Amino acid sequence: MQNGNSVDKNFVLSLLNSIPDPEIPVVSIVELGMIKDIIIKDNKVLVQIMPTYTACPATWQIQNDIEKKLKENNINAQVEIVYSPAWTTDRISETALKKLSEYGIAPPQNKISLKELQDGEYTITCPRCNSNEVTLISPYGSTPCKALMRCNTCKETFDYFKCHI
Amino acid sequence: MNYHEAFFKYLLILGDTSLILAQRLSEWTGHGPFLEEDLALTNIALDTLGHANVLLEYAGKVENKGRDQDKLAFFRNGREYFNVKLVELPNGDYANTMVRQLFVDAFRYHYFNALCGCKDETLSGLAQKAVKEIKYHYRHSSWWIKRFGDGTEESHQRTQNALNNLWRFTGELFMPDESEKIMEEEKIAPSLSQIQYIWNEDIQSLLKEANLTIPKDVYMQSGGKQGVHTEYLDYILAEMQSLPRMYPDAKW
Repeated sequence: MQNGNSVDKNFVLSLLNSIPDPEIPVVSIVELGMIKDIIIKDNKVLVQIMPTYTACPATWQIQNDIEKKLKENNINAQVEIVYSPAWTTDRISETALKKLSEYGIAPPQNKISLKELQDGEYTITCPRCNSNEVTLISPYGSTPCKALMRCNTCKETFDYFKCHI
Repeated sequence: MNYHEAFFKYLLILGDTSLILAQRLSEWTGHGPFLEEDLALTNIALDTLGHANVLLEYAGKVENKGRDQDKLAFFRNGREYFNVKLVELPNGDYANTMVRQLFVDAFRYHYFNALCGCKDETLSGLAQKAVKEIKYHYRHSSWWIKRFGDGTEESHQRTQNALNNLWRFTGELFMPDESEKIMEEEKIAPSLSQIQYIWNEDIQSLLKEANLTIPKDVYMQSGGKQGVHTEYLDYILAEMQSLPRMYPDAKW
C-alpha cells in the first residue's frame, strides 16, 4: 500500500486512466466516463463503474482489468457495476471524442436520435476525409454502441458511435 | 403468496421473458436476410440477454438460496419458467419475427419507462439503462413493420398473416399474475392496465399507418406467467441447458 496506510483517490484515478477500453483501446475507461465513483473507506477501495450498455461484454473484462491493475499496485479493490444514473455519451470527455475521430470512429454528435439517423436528418463527419456527405448503412454495427456508415466522398465505410442520451 | 415470494416470482416473469426472447432472437445469428439485419438482431438479442442477466441475478439475491443467474437460467424446468408465451413462439419468417418484436418492444419500452420511477433502486437503475436500448429496438421493429405492411403484396400478406397468428398472444402481457398484483400494490410494478392503454394507442396507430388490420374477437392465450407453456418452450430449454446440465461445473 502506498504512503503506508492511506490510499489516495487521485492515485487510483490515474491508475484507472491507464486502463484502455477493450473494444476501443485508444481511449481509457476514465475518458469514456465509465467511472462513477471511487470510494475509499478504511483502506478498502470500491470502484463503481457504469456500463455503456447493459449487456456490453466488455464490462466483465473491464472489471477484471481494474482489479488486476490495482492489485499490481498493492491495492485491494472491489468493483461494483452500477446502472443508476445511466451512462450517456455526454460523459465521454472532449479529448476522447478527438481520439475516437483520429482512430477512425465518428464520435457521437449533436444528440442525433435513431429516427433522425434513419430519416437521413443528420450531420455526421467522415473521420477519414472530413466530408459531411455520408450515408447510413446499418443502425447496428460491429458493437451495440456503433452504427455503420459510408462516406460518399472517399467511399470508405466507417463506424459511428451512436448518441446514447 | 407473501411479499418476498411475490417479489422473487415477479423478477422471474421479467427475467424469463427477456431470456427466452434473447434465446429466440439469437437463432437468427448467421441466418439474417442480409448482413446488416443479422447484426441488428444479434445486437438486440445481446441487449435483451443483458437485461435478463441483471434481472435473474437480482432474483437470485431476493430468493437468497444461493442461486445465481446461471443456476436460475440453466437448472429450472419448463414449469418453473414464467415468461409470457409470446416470446417462446418459433421465429417463423422475418415478418413473423418482426411483428412479435414490435409487440414486445412496444410493451417493454413503456413498461421500463414506467419502471424508471419505481422505488426499488436496482429495478429503477436497470430500467433507466434499458429503456434507452429498448427505444432503439422499438424504432427498428416499427420501421420494418411500416416497410413490410406498406411494401409489396407479398410482404404485406406475410406481415398480415403474422399479425393474425400472433395477436392472440398479446393479451397475456397485460394479464397480471398474483405476484404482479402484489408488486403493483407495493408500488414496485407499474400498472399493467395503464401500460395496455398506451400500448394499444401506439400499436393501433402504427398498424394503421402500415395498412395492416388487427384481427377481431380473438380469444387471448395465457398461462405462461403460471408456468403453463406451449410445446415450444421445452425444446428451447433443451438446447439452451444441455451443456451446463451435462457439465455442471464447466467454465469458459
